[in-house]
Amino acid sequence: MSEIYQLTLCELVDKIKTKEISCEEVTKSYVDRAKKSEKLNCFIENTFDQALKKAKDQNDKIDNKKKLFGAPFAVKDLFCTKGTQTTASSKMLEGFKPQYESTVTSKLWNEGANLLGKLNCDEYAMGSSNETSHFGNVINPYRNDKDLVPGGSSGGCASAVAAHLTSATVGTDTGGSIRQPASFTGTVGLKPTYGRCSRWGIVAFASSLDQAGPMTKDVKDASLLMEVISGHDDKDSTSAQKEQEAFSQKLTKDIKGLKIGIPKEYKIDGMSKEIIDLWDKGIEIVKSLGCEIKEISLPHTKYALPAYYIIAPAEASSNLARYDGVRYGFRAEGKDLIEMYENTRSIGFGNEVKRRILIGTYVLSSGYYDAYYLKAQKVRRLIKNDFDEAFKEVDTILTPTTPSSAFGIGENVDDPISMYLNDVLTVPVNLAGLPAISIPAGYDQNNLPLGLQLIGKSFDEQTILNNAYAIEQSINFKPNFKDWWM
Amino acid sequence: MADKEFDYYLKGEKGEYEVVIGLEVHAQVLSEAKLFSSSATKFGSEPNSQVSLVDAAMPGMLPVINKFCVEQAVKTGLGLNAKINTFSKFDRKNYFYADLPQGYQISQFKHPIVGEGKVILDMPYGTKEIGIERLHLEQDAGKSIHDQDPKNSFVDLNRSGIALMEIVSKPDLRSPGEVGEYIKKLRSIMRYLNTCDGNMEQGSLRADVNVSVRKKGSKEFGTRCEIKNVNSIKFMQQAIDYEARRQIELIEEGNEVDQETRLFDTKKQETRSMRSKEDAHDYRYFPDPDLLPLRLEDSYIEDLKKGLPELPDHKKQRLISEFKLSNYEASVIISDQAVSTYYEEVAKNSDYKLAATWLMGELFATLNKEGKDITESPVSAVNLAKMINLIKDGTISGKIAKTVFEEMIKNDGDPSKIVEDKGLKQTSDPKEIENIVDKVLETNQDKVQQYKSGKDKLFGFFVGQVMKEMKGKGNPQMINDILKNKLK
Amino acid sequence: MSITKDTVKKISKLSRIASNDKFEENMIKDLNSILKFVDQLNEVKIDNIEPLASTVDQELIKRDDQVKIMNEKKDILLNSPEDNEDFYVVPKVIE
Repeated sequence: MSEIYQLTLCELVDKIKTKEISCEEVTKSYVDRAKKSEKLNCFIENTFDQALKKAKDQNDKIDNKKKLFGAPFAVKDLFCTKGTQTTASSKMLEGFKPQYESTVTSKLWNEGANLLGKLNCDEYAMGSSNETSHFGNVINPYRNDKDLVPGGSSGGCASAVAAHLTSATVGTDTGGSIRQPASFTGTVGLKPTYGRCSRWGIVAFASSLDQAGPMTKDVKDASLLMEVISGHDDKDSTSAQKEQEAFSQKLTKDIKGLKIGIPKEYKIDGMSKEIIDLWDKGIEIVKSLGCEIKEISLPHTKYALPAYYIIAPAEASSNLARYDGVRYGFRAEGKDLIEMYENTRSIGFGNEVKRRILIGTYVLSSGYYDAYYLKAQKVRRLIKNDFDEAFKEVDTILTPTTPSSAFGIGENVDDPISMYLNDVLTVPVNLAGLPAISIPAGYDQNNLPLGLQLIGKSFDEQTILNNAYAIEQSINFKPNFKDWWM
Repeated sequence: MADKEFDYYLKGEKGEYEVVIGLEVHAQVLSEAKLFSSSATKFGSEPNSQVSLVDAAMPGMLPVINKFCVEQAVKTGLGLNAKINTFSKFDRKNYFYADLPQGYQISQFKHPIVGEGKVILDMPYGTKEIGIERLHLEQDAGKSIHDQDPKNSFVDLNRSGIALMEIVSKPDLRSPGEVGEYIKKLRSIMRYLNTCDGNMEQGSLRADVNVSVRKKGSKEFGTRCEIKNVNSIKFMQQAIDYEARRQIELIEEGNEVDQETRLFDTKKQETRSMRSKEDAHDYRYFPDPDLLPLRLEDSYIEDLKKGLPELPDHKKQRLISEFKLSNYEASVIISDQAVSTYYEEVAKNSDYKLAATWLMGELFATLNKEGKDITESPVSAVNLAKMINLIKDGTISGKIAKTVFEEMIKNDGDPSKIVEDKGLKQTSDPKEIENIVDKVLETNQDKVQQYKSGKDKLFGFFVGQVMKEMKGKGNPQMINDILKNKLK
Repeated sequence: MSITKDTVKKISKLSRIASNDKFEENMIKDLNSILKFVDQLNEVKIDNIEPLASTVDQELIKRDDQVKIMNEKKDILLNSPEDNEDFYVVPKVIE
């Protein structure tokens, strides 16, 4: 490791504690690199000066008890950060400075990390390519003769981690928004069990699906971050009554005896040979590590995406009703209250958001509730049942994360459905509320990264972390892009 | 005992009509903090000083339920003889308005916390049972002020998020009179339970009134209109009367009554249609994904049941049977829990009937005059009881007692002492009275003759004269008896 | 169940989003596309299946009846588009 910014989160925290490097050096290293990387458009707002100042103060006050001491941390611009602009990548919240800090980010700062800036994402977390942001597209550090998407909605997070613009980050995952971009950028992304991390202070998209999670350079970092950000929060009624767990301390690559399920329905029609090969490679690796492979069936898999595109927009249409120009955020002119609302929301929201609000409103409206929303909730039950059945036989489930590698910017914007299909392998997990992690598994023929996904039982993040750790150590994936944007 | 018949039928040109009324009462829960947030609920505070981030619907905010509000709803349900649902859910009612920060109200749609119950009304024509359909918990909205500025409205969110109990009656009410009694009964029950203060002027109790009409004797329901947000019994009654007549007129002209939402204009005393868009009623209810279902244990409900105070209906029956009060007296006394507590203390320590008479007579008159309620009574229960005992044992007459009472009002003085100090003891010495009677009859020979020849009314004159001589301190009964004797 | 211009107008009104011809045309296309996609769910047998609203299986968390928020007027009015120290200010509703 030649450059400080290339260190993993765990490595740099260690080296800070042993005084091999200083907090200030670490932050400066990331800040310098981030300043040269504006082309990637990962940052909506930066707090470089404050971060440097904090790091300087930390230099002489090393606290060994703090797990992230000195780590410079940019976070998805969906987390409310006190006194720092939080936009959800929308014009609607441009300039909005919350007077409160989200629970998850509070935990980061309490463990000694410093806010580096707010990362670009799809507007209100709605998207799979980071092309719906009011603040412009994020570019993937991986390239294929043209600009590629980093995935979404946590595209800015994935790109920033991959390009070493932050030591690690936290994103959110509602239908795959952590895992899919991790797969597109050769990084690690973990969506915890629903309820594992608090949603308080995170701009809400789909309340029964949203979860915050770590996006990191490797699995060990992810396990450390999980340890920090998890835990029950009294302010969130959907927060599980489970305390923080020492995930990083229990991390091991010894997964001998683990039963791993391979769901046949995840072998989608038209799935490329490269992905199937990578999947097979993963299977071989775990076999060689002493795991037992079982073919399983998750029969309702293909209905997950349609169910998701009823449930998520429905909840979003209600969650986004508060953005009305009255108490904060953007306000347009209007001759009366209704006109003000209509203009504000028409100008303040982008097209994808408006699409989802309209569909969500439609499926909840009088006469359609049973045919759509209620039906989708029942299908959701069936999808969860599928997993519950499968987990009676296996401990984890191994699948590819995405049906393809990163595509070109602008390639998929014409038809919403083709964009939605990016999440076909990740969405069932959100509906069932289960934990899942994506790790980089290899490259496709265009030299673009692809990820493997491990799905675990409820609250069994430890097992999928261990499983992922073992595979990661075996694959030894190395990023192969050059800093073409500098 | 019914001494009248129900008679609220409205005469149209083509017949008589019956009015069918259902009420949706919104009662603010008495609690320190709001339903889903920890801000205060005090009335009349500085604008926007009792608003948390959750109340203002800031990005990322989430609701957490106040367990005491749940308790208050259950207690109210028990007071309404209703079924408490051990499983209930919270739903979002989606609509846009400036005083609704979230763009939805957290309410209960399909599974309310309380199910069917009933309330008994005492009407002049007998008792009547009014069915309760359900009671559910929901958030109150903020307040918009429209008259401060020609172009803008001002929004105060203090009230936003306060817990409301919505009590939905079955369409069993048939007159403004019944509506008045129903509201009073609900208010009384909730005040006894301390779950709502029932203060209509402050808006802690208000109602949406559903009115329809039908030909007398018909069993079919007519189309109903909803009159929203009426905050006094008087206005409700005026609104119902106006609305019913409006509908009758429409029907008799051959038109149909449109189902719509109306407002009551208190100045013009008319209802008028609200300018509502056709979509106004599509609330798109769905279960709130930020909350989990509410499950109550049977033991929890039992415990609350055991801890309930005696409720108005039960207390009334007890006052009638134990204290031998009339239906009317009992009704008046139980209408306020503090009044009945006061009454029982006085009655148990003196005389049941006299206690009722003095309470409902002189004491109420005094309280009214001074604008006070029973908890601020200038005369304590202890002293009132003492005074009544002085009447009972003949120390003073009822008439003298009035004087004593007036003294007591000044500083809750001990009646015995007052009687002592002012020399108000009544004279019950037969010899003394006889002397004065003789004297009076002597001085009024002409009137005695008139009396003896048939002018019975003069008896009162003689009593009056004797009392005057005795400076009001004569024992009236004794005066009566002795006079009667002498005039035989 | 297909979306028409009228439907788009209606749901735009319900969700307080201004619409014009161009917007409505684009939305008709997109929304019909989405609806067609989700119609797949009609293939699933859902008789006697309980809907799943939340994957969290625990009792509703409750809090004590205590006032914990003192006057936060400054914070909640801080981001208000209008400059008023006491109230949120909005254009009037035309009744």
